[in-house]
Amino acid sequence: MTQSVVVQVGQCGNQIGCCFWDLALREHAAVNQKGIYDEAIGSFFRNVDTRVVGDGSSISKGKICSLKARAVLIDMEEGVVNEILQGPLRDVFDSKQLITDISGSGNNWAVGHKVFGSLYREQILEKLRKSAEHCDCLQCFFILHSMGGGTGSGLGTFLLKVLEDEFPEVYRFVTSVYPSSEDDVITSPYNSLLAVKELNEHADCVLPIDNQSLFDIISKIDLVVNSGKLGPIVKPNSLVTSGGTAFKKQHKKPFDAMNNIVANLLLHLTSSARFEGSLNMDLNEISMNLVPFPQLHYLVSSLTPLYTLADVNIPPRRLDLMFSDAFSKDHQLIQADPKHSLYLACALMVRGNVQISDLRRNIERLKPSLQFVSWNQEGWKTSLCSVPPVGHSHSLLALANNTCVKPTFIELRERFMRLYKKKAHLHHYLQVEGMEESCFTEAVSSLSALIEEYDQLDATKSLPVEDVQRLSIAV
Amino acid sequence: MSIVTVQLGQCGNQIGFEVFNALFTDSQSSQGLCSKRENEAYQASCKERFFREEKGVPIARAVLVDMEPKVINHVLSKAAQSGQWKYSQHACFCQKQGSGNNWAYGYSVHGPKHEDSIMNLIQKEVEKCDSLNGFFIIMSIAGGTGSGLGAFLTQHLHDHYSNALKMNQIIWPYGTGEVIVQNYNSILTLSHLYRSSDALLIHENDTIHKICAKLMNIKQISFGDINQVLAHQLGSVFQPTYSVEGSFHYRRNPLGIDWQVRPPLPGLPPLGKMSQNREQHFNTSLANLVILRGKDVQNANLEGFKDPALYTSWLGPDEAFTVWKTQRAFSRYEKSAALVSNSQFFVKPLDTIVGKAWNMFASKEAWNYARVHGTPGPAPPQTPGGDSRVRPLLTTGLAAWGTVVRGRVSEVCAELSKQ
Repeated sequence: MTQSVVVQVGQCGNQIGCCFWDLALREHAAVNQKGIYDEAIGSFFRNVDTRVVGDGSSISKGKICSLKARAVLIDMEEGVVNEILQGPLRDVFDSKQLITDISGSGNNWAVGHKVFGSLYREQILEKLRKSAEHCDCLQCFFILHSMGGGTGSGLGTFLLKVLEDEFPEVYRFVTSVYPSSEDDVITSPYNSLLAVKELNEHADCVLPIDNQSLFDIISKIDLVVNSGKLGPIVKPNSLVTSGGTAFKKQHKKPFDAMNNIVANLLLHLTSSARFEGSLNMDLNEISMNLVPFPQLHYLVSSLTPLYTLADVNIPPRRLDLMFSDAFSKDHQLIQADPKHSLYLACALMVRGNVQISDLRRNIERLKPSLQFVSWNQEGWKTSLCSVPPVGHSHSLLALANNTCVKPTFIELRERFMRLYKKKAHLHHYLQVEGMEESCFTEAVSSLSALIEEYDQLDATKSLPVEDVQRLSIAV
Repeated sequence: MSIVTVQLGQCGNQIGFEVFNALFTDSQSSQGLCSKRENEAYQASCKERFFREEKGVPIARAVLVDMEPKVINHVLSKAAQSGQWKYSQHACFCQKQGSGNNWAYGYSVHGPKHEDSIMNLIQKEVEKCDSLNGFFIIMSIAGGTGSGLGAFLTQHLHDHYSNALKMNQIIWPYGTGEVIVQNYNSILTLSHLYRSSDALLIHENDTIHKICAKLMNIKQISFGDINQVLAHQLGSVFQPTYSVEGSFHYRRNPLGIDWQVRPPLPGLPPLGKMSQNREQHFNTSLANLVILRGKDVQNANLEGFKDPALYTSWLGPDEAFTVWKTQRAFSRYEKSAALVSNSQFFVKPLDTIVGKAWNMFASKEAWNYARVHGTPGPAPPQTPGGDSRVRPLLTTGLAAWGTVVRGRVSEVCAELSKQ
């Protein structure tokens, strides 16, 4: 089995990462009742004997001694990482796998990318190499960051280039949090656009998430939970938004609930690679099946169910409803409407007690309402994992490569142009060494080229499906 | 005469387990509807073919291959749990990373890299047979390992064991997608397999699914159900039978199905002219084999199978139709029958996937970007220090897709449409 390393960059990345490790531990604790270190846990954790002084030698089999996350934590200010290291997860992180600075990036992509990039390149390389050495067979780097700030956006994308050069055979999956339109960081359009260019060129696969969608999902859940005594009661531990604390308590940190959704996304994505099932899907298959052209690697994700009802008298939501929900725009993790755009490919990753006939029935049912590109009319990739997530009997993660990401990019470009035309705040970027106006213009053309590709595909939407003439043999 | 089974990829391993289970359970069954002596001969014959004994426990004559460990581990433990038979722990070959649904990986990367290890395992299993009849290779054509590595291995078995029969069990994927690139993988596999394999036994997921739904009324059909139906069908073909000559020993040659198609004798009019005078038949057979088991097999009326209209003009029912009968019941069915057919049924599904693959390939060369951009597609597996040999191999392997797909596929279609 393969291992993955999680690299969390910046405040957002580290906070999401913290939620992810918490949920991962809970999931493995629920599945692995005997406390034996097996290959499934090994994909994200090392088993370390802390009594050994020094590096803490790794144990590959036998009982779990002390689990260390395969993670590298990077932030250019200390507050967030320090909080993690003082919190309940402090023993899960290896203190040598951190890179911090004091001053932060000032919400400036150029500072994150150029200044801190060159300053910390060697250290970053060293930590990454160390974590790779601890892996038997490293398959994937998961990068968690936000696009709107300075560190996550700038240093996070600098990291991508380093990973591509140093570990060309290892996949780079990026979870990017895009700023919503009411973002409080004024320079977020600049940061996001400059980051998008790097993602276009150096990431294998990007899962864009936006805060507004996460917020909407939380509001929906809250509505159900708080709808008073007459309403249905939700099972504790089943909320996609709940972490270690009981769901009724006030969330200590305001973004916890939202981050838990993203953490769940990562767990579901890797579930079929870690646990057994009747139709396995490894991480390398995600890229192979869902990315038809190297530039178009943005996948829209949606997660169902969001909660399970505790009251046994109320029948559980039918399985088929779970599939329908996955395709409704309320469950997408980004503001997008895939049903009314063009699908290039779609993956359904099911967990729990769901069989192939349920999957087929729902695909047949949903297919007529979805539009697939002409050369991939049956573009479905499916997987069945037998281990359900904590608190649910089954779940579904739908990943779609769909032209509905185009509006997100168009809006990003518009917000960027509004600032750029006035050259507002530009001097903060240009005064950084290595930064020139050409960086901006190149980034815009990169994004425009991407939008153009999606446009071309959309143009084929209304055309009738024609069979391309086949080659015939010369007799 | 023994058969060595090679189980490839997730599909191959999951099905292989069900097949051995079905064979063993049937051979142990006491309700054979025949004499004790006959039952014992049947059991002995089945055992010799598919199992060997180690310390009193029957061990399946099988080599399990997969590029990632989860499925093989699961299958090994399931077999051991049954308490009746098991797989040999030493007959397994596993890697860590899987083939990523990429045929090129299975064929051009994993194949050459692991050829020696896998062939060694097969050789060891062969040496444990008193006399080897042939290989039974179970694989799917939609994924990466079963399809790519399967095509590679079959070719090598063809080279190394030229006297042994190679029969491939291939699983045709569901029409509406299990894997998005399944059409590419299928075409590439078939274009290589049909040259090195002696017989391709085809099972379609869609069809078996329908059997489960309509004939067996299973509500929630799982892959386990599908694999069991498949195993049942295969079992009824592979279990010992008497040959048509009616000898008193069970056939020593279980895979002695004569699939050789003889060319038309000189003196007959050329094919083109002949077909105009005949009506369009829905399905013409080159050869049919009927296997009957159970009560009253000697009195069964098989005239319907001998209708010349079912066969071609140059290979009539006398040569093309064979029947095997045995009194010993299969899987406690009082009467059972199996039909193995070499006919045109295959043309339509093949045409469909060729069309889809061509559409995907020609419209915008989707998924071929590795060739166009000169960078390798999905990453090759880990080799210490990085293997610089692997990258050009992958690019040339993928670059060859163009020629392979166009050349071979068209040939296959043309040959089949000549019927």
